[in-house]
Order: sequence, then C-alpha cells, then structure tokens
Amino acid sequence: MTEILFVLFAVVALGGAFGVVLSRTPVASLLFMVATLASVAGIYVLFEAHFLAAIQVLVYAGAIMVLFLFVIMLLNLGHDYRADLKYGLWSLLGLVVAGLTAGVLGQAFWGASDTGFRGDGAAVAAALDAAVREQGAAGVIAEPLFTDYVVAFELMGLLLLVAIVAAVVLAKPKT
Amino acid sequence: MLAYALLLSAALFVIGTLGVIVRRNAIIIFLSIELQLNAVNLAFVALSRYTGIEGQLFVFFVMTVAAAEAAVGLAIIISIFRHYKTVNVDRFNLLKW
Repeated sequence: MTEILFVLFAVVALGGAFGVVLSRTPVASLLFMVATLASVAGIYVLFEAHFLAAIQVLVYAGAIMVLFLFVIMLLNLGHDYRADLKYGLWSLLGLVVAGLTAGVLGQAFWGASDTGFRGDGAAVAAALDAAVREQGAAGVIAEPLFTDYVVAFELMGLLLLVAIVAAVVLAKPKT
Repeated sequence: MLAYALLLSAALFVIGTLGVIVRRNAIIIFLSIELQLNAVNLAFVALSRYTGIEGQLFVFFVMTVAAAEAAVGLAIIISIFRHYKTVNVDRFNLLKW
C-alpha cells in the first residue's frame, strides 16, 4: 500500500515539476507547482513526518504560492501567452547542466543508500516512532527546536523581520 | 523506499535546475528555485528516518528561509517590473558587458 501511494505521489510530483518548467502561462505553472508541493507533502506523510506535511500544505502550498499568484495578478502577467523558453544554445546548456547534476546526485544518493544507511536505520526509525507516540507529531520537533536549536530559531525570527522590512521598502513606490 | 525518495528528490532538483536555465520569465525562474528547495527538503525528510529528528528540523529552517526569500524576491521583481515594464530576464542587461 505504501509503495503504491509513493509511486502515485512521485508521478504527480514529477509531472507537476515538468508542468512548472514547460507550461506557457505563469498561472498554469503555479498550479502545477501546487500539485507538486501537495504530493511532496503526501510523501512526507509516508515518511511519518506529519507535522512537516501540514506545514508544507499550509505555508508552502497555501501562503507562499498565494503570494506568487498575487504578484502574477498584480503585474498582470496572466495572459502573456508567448512562450518564453530559451532555445538553441541555452537549451543545450540546460540539458548538459541538468545531465551533470543528475549524474552527480544520482551517483551520490544511490551509493549512500546502498552502503551508509541500511545499518541502524530500523533502530532510528523505531525510536522516532516511539517519540511521536509519546510527545505527538509537533512535540517531537518542538522539543529540540526550543532547546538545542533555540539560537537558530531566534535567528530565524530575526531573518523574517528583516525580510518583512526589506520587502516593504523594496516594493514601495518611489515618492 | 529511501533510495527511491532520494532519486525522486534528485529528479525534482534537476528539473528545477533546468527551469532556472531555460525560462525567461523571472517569476517562473523563482518558482523553479522553490522547486529545488523543495527537492532538498524531500531528501532531508527521507534521511531523517535514518539519522534522527534533525533532518525534519532542518526542513523547518529551510521552509522559513524560503518564505523570507520569496517575500524579498517578489518585492525585487515588483520593483524591477515598475522600472522596465517586463519580467523577461533578457531585458535586465544593465550588468552585462
């Protein structure tokens, strides 16, 4: 059952990703991106990361994609039907770079999963599941977030504040 | 399932790279960068089953940085659009030699 769901989500995610790159209108790209994000959230659930799946749907597919949609509609780009794919040398360069990246990542990931992570994987997964049963899906993330990683957490808050101020200053019309 | 999730993550990252290179619309380029970030998140979540909860924590951090980056980047795109009346990156050639 898990494998069938994984294949289903993977196919939707890959199809959505190709749709993002290849579709002609920005709004269609955006909707393909929402499909990709939702199916990646599904894969998070298959990996027992329920809290992250909820955050993915709420923050990514919800808030950030709506921000993109607002900007597309604000700039009135919705009916710019002229395809803006680069052809010729650029598409060749794109395929070369994509092929090299795929080779490096595939080799690294395939080798890593063959050798490195088979050993104690089951023990770590069992410990994670026990922690989720004890503390809940949010608690198991919140506990290290507010103890070991609290400095990084506070810096993230600062980063968001800086981003808000920067966005307001940049997007404000010159008077 | 770990190996397949990592391969899916690599495939999503590569497609995002392709989008950054072959598209001209600045918003689509930005969307492709989000796709790449998401591919990395998928790898983190898949590996968190084998290395502990830190993988999921880093996904949390990446999502926050992505949200900040989206806000600032879209503000820059709006600002550029106001100046050039287009979001085609071939027109932004002020820094080309």
